[in-house]
Amino acid sequence: MKLVVDRLHVTLDRTPVLRGVTLEARKGDIVGLVGPNGSGKSTLLRTVYRSLRPADGAVRVGDDDVWELPPRAAARRTAAVLQDAGGSTAGLTVAEIVALGRAPHHGLLGRDGPADHAAVSDAIDRCGVRPFADRDYASLSGGERQRVLLARALAQEPGLLVLDELTNHLDIRARFELLDLIRATGVTTLAVLHDLDLAARLCDHLVVLSEGTVAAAGPVLEVLTPDLLAAVFGVSAGTERHADGVIRITYAAHPLAHGLAHGWSGQHDEDRPGRALG
Amino acid sequence: MIVAISIGAVNVPLGDVWGVVLHHVTGAGTAPSDPALDQIVWNFRTPRVVLAALVGAGLAVTGAVLQTVVSNPLADPIVLGFSYGATLGAVLVITLGGGAVLAGLGVSAAAFLGAVAAGALVFALGQRRGRLAPVRLVLAGVAIGYVFLSATSFVQLRATPTELRTVMFWMLGSVAGAKWDQIPTVTVVVLVTTTLLALFGRRLNVLLAGDESATALGVDVNRLRAVLLVLSALLTGTVIAVAGSIGFVGLMIPHLVRLTTGADHRRLLPLTALLGALYLVLVDLLSRTVNRPNELPLGILTALLGAPFFLWLLRRNKGLD
Repeated sequence: MKLVVDRLHVTLDRTPVLRGVTLEARKGDIVGLVGPNGSGKSTLLRTVYRSLRPADGAVRVGDDDVWELPPRAAARRTAAVLQDAGGSTAGLTVAEIVALGRAPHHGLLGRDGPADHAAVSDAIDRCGVRPFADRDYASLSGGERQRVLLARALAQEPGLLVLDELTNHLDIRARFELLDLIRATGVTTLAVLHDLDLAARLCDHLVVLSEGTVAAAGPVLEVLTPDLLAAVFGVSAGTERHADGVIRITYAAHPLAHGLAHGWSGQHDEDRPGRALG
Repeated sequence: MIVAISIGAVNVPLGDVWGVVLHHVTGAGTAPSDPALDQIVWNFRTPRVVLAALVGAGLAVTGAVLQTVVSNPLADPIVLGFSYGATLGAVLVITLGGGAVLAGLGVSAAAFLGAVAAGALVFALGQRRGRLAPVRLVLAGVAIGYVFLSATSFVQLRATPTELRTVMFWMLGSVAGAKWDQIPTVTVVVLVTTTLLALFGRRLNVLLAGDESATALGVDVNRLRAVLLVLSALLTGTVIAVAGSIGFVGLMIPHLVRLTTGADHRRLLPLTALLGALYLVLVDLLSRTVNRPNELPLGILTALLGAPFFLWLLRRNKGLD
């Protein structure tokens, strides 16, 4: 499904967090949302999966404003893999967690039918979690857990996938496997990623948020220019496409000097002893 | 249950019990020849066993639901303050007798109102800007429980020794006073609320995934918590009102079921109700047999009997490491 975020404004505790954000993902696109801490990435995601009501503007999935759909109808379109799934899921098996993805498809009296079993089974196979489907979620490794949560999202049979730092704390191989899985789904995806290399590897397009506004948007190489990386992230870096087709970002050894990068300079004053000695 | 009915201060042969119960329930067979036996079986033992089952089921189901609603394995009607609210209501009526503002209000009615008042307070004070955050709910429940507890202690200071004994018995819980006229109301409340809660089984499962994920799965987390809290307060209020404040069942029975058959609420809630019912029938049976012909309050035996088994199960379980 197509995702359109249209002039979105969000205010948290009377502080504006998003100030007129517009972005678009065409059907099947993988769009990466990047930006420094506090730039509004997770807030934007929350408005998309209907957890935080925007003060102004609209989020449209398919052709409907998600905030005008009932919660379950919105959840049949948008599935999210978030950071909050923790130890409290202890006690549920992997298969039971994947089956949670069917919740939006049922009312109070709804019982699982063949379509539900098929969707769950298919999601389990696509994410390769069949070998540990009967195990307790709490006993899994980090990479296995993320695959289970992705399977839960696919069991929702969504038109849009929203991912918040899916690859955090995972080793490099688990990260690559997860990225391949996401690409293979073919579902329109909006993914928040901290790691710019991974973002460049996964996404068709990037949207760079900075202080609640879009600093840049477009194809990866066009967006991640040295100027933008300096201005938004406060690092001196270059981006190039290597012969194998992979885009790599090369960072200079140190952050930019004081004053050049906004959002960085404030915390790195010259009076920090470690820096003076170094 | 038939066995539980047959054993007591006077043992009645199983066949006779069956005959009496069958006669009263279906009208089949002949009325028993001995009216005393009929009296013991049908008017004393049977309502008592039925009430024990209902109370056990109600307490256990509330515990299971609350533990998920506030995402805390320690939650039960006591931690959330419901039981202390009921206790204060009951103690007020017991000590003030017929003379006070509460005249005309029975102990049961006062206990029910106390529990529901505690539930309403937890609900009102546990929210901020329309959000019912789990940790805030638990802490509000604990704080409200303490307030009710100190009020109860203060009232007890002014009570006579006889009243104090009644209060103590009430606080430890008992189904000894069960009468048939209590049964219909309690049955309806326990069956209806338990069925409703069980219908929320899938959504309770979703709640285990965390609030943000549950929202993304189409669950209105705050409304769900509100509905479940109201149902839980009604259910606990009803069972505590008739049986006193019985601990342990609401906390431990849900964990016992989770540890053995998993946490899927669609299975967990019915099994918890069943095990809670069986457990309290068994405990009540013991309470009137270990020290015949005297009776022990249920609260003394529930934990004494269940805790060792629970601890054994806890040590065996690998999932908690």
